[in-house]
Amino acid sequence: MKCNILTFGIARDIVKTSQLELNLEGEQTIRNLKEKLVNQFPEFEKLRHYSIAVNAEYRLDDFILNEGDEIAIIPPVSGG
Amino acid sequence: MKLPSSHLSVVGEKRMKNNTMTNIQIKANDLNLDECMQLAANDEAGGICFFVGTVRNQTKGKKVVSLQFEAYEKMAISEMQKIADHLIKDKSINRVVIHHRVGDLSVGEIPVIIVVAAPHRKAAFEACQYAIDTLKETVPIWKKEIFENGEVWVSAHP
Repeated sequence: MKCNILTFGIARDIVKTSQLELNLEGEQTIRNLKEKLVNQFPEFEKLRHYSIAVNAEYRLDDFILNEGDEIAIIPPVSGG
Repeated sequence: MKLPSSHLSVVGEKRMKNNTMTNIQIKANDLNLDECMQLAANDEAGGICFFVGTVRNQTKGKKVVSLQFEAYEKMAISEMQKIADHLIKDKSINRVVIHHRVGDLSVGEIPVIIVVAAPHRKAAFEACQYAIDTLKETVPIWKKEIFENGEVWVSAHP
């Protein structure tokens, strides 16, 4: 499954684009997506943490991704 | 209530039961205290509590030149709406207004205004604190501090 992933803040700096394309094989969970991300961009492991949002909602690692989902990497937020 | 739509980029607004209301906005230009006051004011209110965030001139002794704010706007609006809805539902609150800036801000400028109106002051104070504390934990907005000799995404690293 091809995922189009939105990136913000330091996540965009790490991947050097605001829309990252990743190909997910096998289990299409957030856990799998995160493993793939870290393999490709080890700098994600240095962050305090990061979350994945699917269709603008925070989702946990077991969440299953579907074709066409809007996926976003949410690095530590710092609004206010 | 009619909003001045000409100068805002994203708006979330919800008219709720008992004529209570929330107003959530992300704006690319100056936030306006008077506008927030007008959105929060209502005849049932006995007190209106403001939290106004301002850009500080230093971080850990390093001089801050400016801050750059960016948002995942769709989700930022929905997360701020959740905060407002929670307050309206669970506490004695009758208006919640949250306006957040994006873009470049210099020292003294206002990145966020939160206004809570309530029949009694205690609930308004507590709700205002809850709203800013929760916003800082959950709302997908990021700020980059620009120093005289470098820049850093706030809170990104341990």
